[in-house]
Amino acid sequence: MNEKILDSKNVSVSFRINGELQTALHKISVSIKRGEVLALVGESGSGKSTLAMSIMGLHNAEQTEVTGSITLDGHELIGLTERQFDQYRGVRVGMIFQDPLSSLNPLMKIGEQISEAIVVHDKNAPNLKGHVQRLLTDVGIINPKRVAQQYPHELSGGMRQRVMIAIALSNEPDLIIADEPTTALDATIQAQILDLIKEIQLKKNAGILLITHDLGVVAETADTVAVMYAGQIVEQADVEELFANPKHPYTRSLLRADPSNVSPGEELYAISGTVPALKDMDHSKDLFLQRIPWLSDDVVNATIDEELEVVGDNHFVRGNAWKTFEFLDVTEKGHAK
Amino acid sequence: MSELVKIENLKVYYPIKSGFFDRVTDNVKAVDDVSLTIETGKTYGLVGESGSGKTTIGKVLVGLENPTSGKISFEGQVVTTIKQKKAINYNKDVQMIFQDSQSSLNPRKTIGDIISEPLRSFGVPGKIGAGYDGQRSFEQDKINARVLELLDIVGLPARTVTQYPFQFSGGQRQRIGVARALATNPKLIVADEPVSALDLSVQAQVLNFMKKIQRDYNISFLFISHDLGVVRYMTDNIAIMHNGRFVEIGTTEDIFDNAKHIFTKRLLSAIPSLDVKKREENRAERKRVEREFVQYKNDYYQQIGSYMRAYDLESISETHFVAIKKGEN
Ligand SMILES: Nc1ncnc2c1ncn2[C@@H]1O[C@H](COP(=O)(O)OP(=O)(O)OP(=O)(O)O)[C@@H](O)[C@H]1O
Ligand SMILES: Nc1ncnc2c1ncn2[C@@H]1O[C@H](COP(=O)(O)OP(=O)(O)OP(=O)(O)O)[C@@H](O)[C@H]1O
Ligand SMILES: [Mg+2]
Ligand SMILES: [Mg+2]
Repeated sequence: MNEKILDSKNVSVSFRINGELQTALHKISVSIKRGEVLALVGESGSGKSTLAMSIMGLHNAEQTEVTGSITLDGHELIGLTERQFDQYRGVRVGMIFQDPLSSLNPLMKIGEQISEAIVVHDKNAPNLKGHVQRLLTDVGIINPKRVAQQYPHELSGGMRQRVMIAIALSNEPDLIIADEPTTALDATIQAQILDLIKEIQLKKNAGILLITHDLGVVAETADTVAVMYAGQIVEQADVEELFANPKHPYTRSLLRADPSNVSPGEELYAISGTVPALKDMDHSKDLFLQRIPWLSDDVVNATIDEELEVVGDNHFVRGNAWKTFEFLDVTEKGHAK
Repeated sequence: MSELVKIENLKVYYPIKSGFFDRVTDNVKAVDDVSLTIETGKTYGLVGESGSGKTTIGKVLVGLENPTSGKISFEGQVVTTIKQKKAINYNKDVQMIFQDSQSSLNPRKTIGDIISEPLRSFGVPGKIGAGYDGQRSFEQDKINARVLELLDIVGLPARTVTQYPFQFSGGQRQRIGVARALATNPKLIVADEPVSALDLSVQAQVLNFMKKIQRDYNISFLFISHDLGVVRYMTDNIAIMHNGRFVEIGTTEDIFDNAKHIFTKRLLSAIPSLDVKKREENRAERKRVEREFVQYKNDYYQQIGSYMRAYDLESISETHFVAIKKGEN
C-alpha cells in the first residue's frame, strides 16, 4: 500500500547552451507513494517541467545531461533507450503537458489521436469509437462527436488541454504527471477534472505528480508539497503544515503574493529581482537570499548543507537564514527572531 | 469617460465538416450575438466556460479573424473586417497577449527578433506607455534599446535576446508574449490568460505593471482569465460567457457580490479555497450548486437539442444585466 511508485535520488539535469553545459536541476530527490499526490510548486523557470521531462525520458539526449537515479516501481529509468522508455510512456506513466498544442499532432483529428493512445496499450481494444467518446465526455467535452472530428487548431485552449488529459488518462496509468493541467480551464471544469484525476488515482492506487502555480488547487488536492527555487527544492511538507507553517523565505513570499485578499487599489506583493542565470547558480548557497536586499553579504554568501534539514514530521527546509529572521516581508527590512 | 471600442451584435460561426467527404454539415456558433463597449482606461474581464468563445472575441478584436456578422468600431471608425483594420494601422493601437505562449512565438526566431518585430513595423514610440502618439523612430539602436527595456519590465535579463523560445520555461515564454504586446504602446491590449503560467510573485509583477501603465497612460484591457481571484483584483467590469453568449454583465462588485445568473453562481462556487481544512465542505457545496443548476436551468436557457442557449440580457440595474427568461425577475 505504501510502496513508492516513483523514487528519484540526486537528479541533476544540464542543458547545452551556447556549447556549454548549464545546470537547470541540481540534485533533486523526491519520491511519490502509491495513492499520494505530490504538488510541485515554485518560481517560474525553477526546473519543474525539467524534472517531469526527465521522468518521461523526453529530453533531447544530445543537448541534455541527466544524472542521478529515477525509479518507477523499482525499475531504473535513467539511461533507458527510446524503445525501453516506450514500455512506460503513455502506458504506466501518463503525462499531461504544460503546453497542449505542441504535444498534439496538428495534422490528425482528435478522435484518431485518442484512438492511437488507446491502441498503444491494447491492440484489440473493442468499440474504439465508443471508448473515445466516453473519454471526451469524462473530461467535460459537451459534444464529443463533433470534437472527435476536429483538428487541434479548431479547439479552444481549454478543450485542447482536456483532450490531452483524456489521452494521458486513457490507459489508467500508475503514475500521473500533470504539468499545469488546469491553467486553461474554468473553475467548474477544473473541479470536475481534478475529481476525475482523483477517481482514476483511487481505481489504480496511482501516484500523482502535480505541477501547478495555483495554490488553491494545491490546497484542495495535494497530500505533500515540494517548493522549488533555482533548480532545487527549498522546502517540503505535508500540505496542511506547509500552509500553516511555512519556513523558507521563498515559500513565505510565495504565499504572500496571492491576490485574492488584496483590494484592487493596493499593489500586489512581489519579490524584487530575478532568478540568476543558470550559469551563475552556485548551488552550495541558498540562492534565494540574493533576492532579499536587506540581508548582509555574509548571510547571503554563506555555504549551506547540501541536505535539507528536518524541522518536523515530514517537514524539510533548505538553508539556515529562516532560523535567524522572520521573513514576513523580504522586500523590506526584516526582523531578527 | 470615452468610448474606445464598440462591439455590436458580433457573431462568429465556424463550419463543421463531417462524413466521408468532409462536407460542411453544420456551424459552431463560437460567438453568438454579443455586444460590448470598452471605455478608455478601463479593464474588462471576460470570463466563462472553456470553449465559450472568449479567445474568438479576442481574435476578431485584434484582426486575426473576420466576423460572420456584426460591427466593430474603434474611436468612431468602423473596423469590422481585417481589411478595414489594416487600412488604419490598427494594430499599432490594439495588441494581443496570446493564450498559447509556445505556439505564438516563432521557434526559429530569437527573442530579440520576436519582440522587435512590431517595433520595426510601427516604430519605437518616444517613451514607453500606452497611447503615446508622438514621434516614432525606426532606428536600429532605438529598437534594440527598447527591446531591452521591455524585457526588463517583464523581469527577463538582457541575455534573453539571443536565445530561442524552446530554451525558456512556460512562464518565461508568457512574459516574452507580454513584452511583445507592450512594444508599440497600444491603447488596448487583449490579454488572453496573460498570467496563467506564472508563479504568484511574477504574476504580481506583471499585474502591478499592467495597472501602472493603465494609471500612467490610460490604457484599456480586455482581460480574459479563468482565475477569478485575479479577475476580481484587475477588472472594473466583467462579462460572463457561456456557449457563445453573454449570460451576465456587470461591474466587478455586481458579479462577485450579487451574482444573478445560475452559471455565474456555479462558477463562483467552484473557486478552490486556500483553506486545506475546508476541502470536503467545498466539495459538498459544489455538488449542491450543481444540483441547483440542473434543477433551474430552464429559467436561464432555451434547450435546443443538446445545446443550451442563454436568453437575451435583461437589465436589473444601470450596470447589471442578466440573461433570463422574460418576466422572471
Ligand atoms: N531545452 C532547453 N534548453 C536550454 N534551457 C532550457 C531548456 N529547457 C528549459 N531550460 C531552462 O531551464 C530552466 C528550467 O526550466 P523549466 O521549464 O523546467 O521551468 P519550470 O519550473 O517548469 O517553469 P514554469 O513554471 O515557468 O513552467 C529555465 O531557466 C529554462 O530557461
Ligand atoms: N478554427 C476553428 N474551427 C472550428 N471551430 C473553432 C475554431 N476556432 C474555435 N472553434 C470553436 O469555437 C468555440 C470557442 O472557442 P474559443 O477558443 O473562443 O473558446 P474560449 O472561450 O477561448 O475557451 P478556453 O477558455 O478553453 O480557451 C469552441 O467550441 C471551438 O471548438
Ligand atoms: Mg514548466
Ligand atoms: Mg481561449
